[in-house]
Amino acid sequence: MNVTAPDLGGSRAMSRAAEEGRSLWDDARARLMRNKAAVTSVWLLGGLVIIAVFGPMVWPHNYDAIYRDRVAISPTFENFHILGTDMLGRDLAVRLMVGLRVSLAVGVIATCVSLVIGVAWGATAGYLGGRVDQIMMRIVDVIYAMPFIFFVILLTVVFGQNIFLIFLAIGAVEWLTMARIVRGQTLTLRQREFVEAARASGVPPVKIVTRHIVPNLLGPVAVYVTLTLPVVILAESFLSFLGLGVNEPLTSLGLLISEGRENMSKLWLLLAPALTMVSALLALNFIGDGLRDAIDPRDR
Amino acid sequence: MAQRNLDDKPRKSSLPGVISRFPAAYAAGRLLLSIPTMLAIITLAFFLMRAAPGNPYSMERKLSPEVEANIRASLGLDKPLIEQYGDYLLNAVQGDLGPSMRNKDKSVSELIAEGLPVSLTIGACAMGLALAIGGGLGVVAALRQNSAADYSVMGLAMAGISIPTFVTGPILSLVFGVWLGWFAAGGLDLGRMSFYTIFLPVLTLALPQIAIVSRLMRASMIEVLRSNFVRTARAKGLSEARILWRHAAPAAALPLVSYIGPATAGLLTGSVVIERVFGLPGVGQYFIDGAINRDYPLVMGVVILYAGLIVAFNLIADIAYGILDPKVSYE
Repeated sequence: MNVTAPDLGGSRAMSRAAEEGRSLWDDARARLMRNKAAVTSVWLLGGLVIIAVFGPMVWPHNYDAIYRDRVAISPTFENFHILGTDMLGRDLAVRLMVGLRVSLAVGVIATCVSLVIGVAWGATAGYLGGRVDQIMMRIVDVIYAMPFIFFVILLTVVFGQNIFLIFLAIGAVEWLTMARIVRGQTLTLRQREFVEAARASGVPPVKIVTRHIVPNLLGPVAVYVTLTLPVVILAESFLSFLGLGVNEPLTSLGLLISEGRENMSKLWLLLAPALTMVSALLALNFIGDGLRDAIDPRDR
Repeated sequence: MAQRNLDDKPRKSSLPGVISRFPAAYAAGRLLLSIPTMLAIITLAFFLMRAAPGNPYSMERKLSPEVEANIRASLGLDKPLIEQYGDYLLNAVQGDLGPSMRNKDKSVSELIAEGLPVSLTIGACAMGLALAIGGGLGVVAALRQNSAADYSVMGLAMAGISIPTFVTGPILSLVFGVWLGWFAAGGLDLGRMSFYTIFLPVLTLALPQIAIVSRLMRASMIEVLRSNFVRTARAKGLSEARILWRHAAPAAALPLVSYIGPATAGLLTGSVVIERVFGLPGVGQYFIDGAINRDYPLVMGVVILYAGLIVAFNLIADIAYGILDPKVSYE
């Protein structure tokens, strides 16, 4: 009696400690917070998103308003052209915000497209396994060897330049790596006890995949999504830079850089969009790397 | 087929050894697999092009029906679609990619042959530069892991990956071409390539690859330096230099071999940009002109060429990897 009572208290204390214990996600968050580059990048990116979304709404100029008497003036506080105007006399600051908005939107939408296709494909192949898996991954291998971006160009040549087409096309060619990662993870998850338990209790395969497999893929998928975003944004800017992407008067960072390159004597036209683009991409890459180190710290 | 060498000398790739390890069956299998890939690419490109609204002449002045019928017949457009596809495939295999729609007196193959030397020279130089500098930086970073040197190399690598060629190109051209005048800011006469004219394009094209190669090399070098055979080499009392260059570096360079495929794709994409930025008469320039002018056969031809190059280099990388890494087995 006397001996068991403190023992009971002790085990209760231990179980409470286990309840309040740190989950893998808490650990990951703590590791991410220690990564200064990643934290700074989160703030920088947040600022860029806010500027892109709300900036054009509150800015005194319109992105397609042409001021014929103020063509290509350098940055000045007069008339609030803080980044100057472009060769047609449009305010560069507001065009930059709209361009950033378009680039980020393309990034998010195309990444979502690639996420949906990649996760569905990879999880199905990995879960079903066997011959289906072989065929599905063989298809991925075959497409993997294709020059994606050139197919997107071929698409724009054939169907004309349409911003929604660009969203879809970029997303539709960037899902392959996602599918591979998801399949690999699914293959290992499939062997785990909780999946076996679900199968034993008669849960249908579709539900096992959606309820048990996909939620457990979150970590690697989150990492890869942050690393896909810059790739997709780059792809869109690449197209726009070559004159095959977004059309005037709408703009994107790639198009602005291309305009800046054509008028090198007006340096601000090149530097403003180039710096914006580089800081957005750097921030995304640092966040992606930070997330990867936080969720899968084996490399460090 | 693969066997581990148990003697303590670093594995040398002597020629007979390499040949005996050449996985003929595997290589043949991979070669066979690349055929459906190429076929899929050509098929997709062909039907996409045919799905395009209008015909290539619809933008020009109205032609009389007879003239148009003649043009269509001369281009084989009056035949059934499946027969056109068969013809295109047959010709493409023989290297004939059809006539260009815009450059009247030249075929697509001739245009590609004109641009290819420029593109290949710059691409090969950039690849060499990327492997040499990127590999070196990666080794330095790995040897001094978590030091200031490591962080600065990795910071530079991050910048190299994040800054696209269409940003670095114009800025390098402005600073070193226009302001300082050290190198040509752009333009290139065919057959007059020199260090002065191709340095900036090659550097621009190589920068992202240098970044990626240095990251790959650093990661794999760190792993190799911790491995048992390096410890054994140290235990034998070999000099650090010998351990590094004879034992560790060749093993660490293996992942670079499988990076050849993706690097080819990256260089091709980059070459389109730098040829535009620096005004070089390469294949990429024709490709973009073709895309803007809706010159379908030209665009298709270049896509097929690029796909062929990527497939070929992936194949080479896979087979080379198998030969160099005795742990790979083919079953």
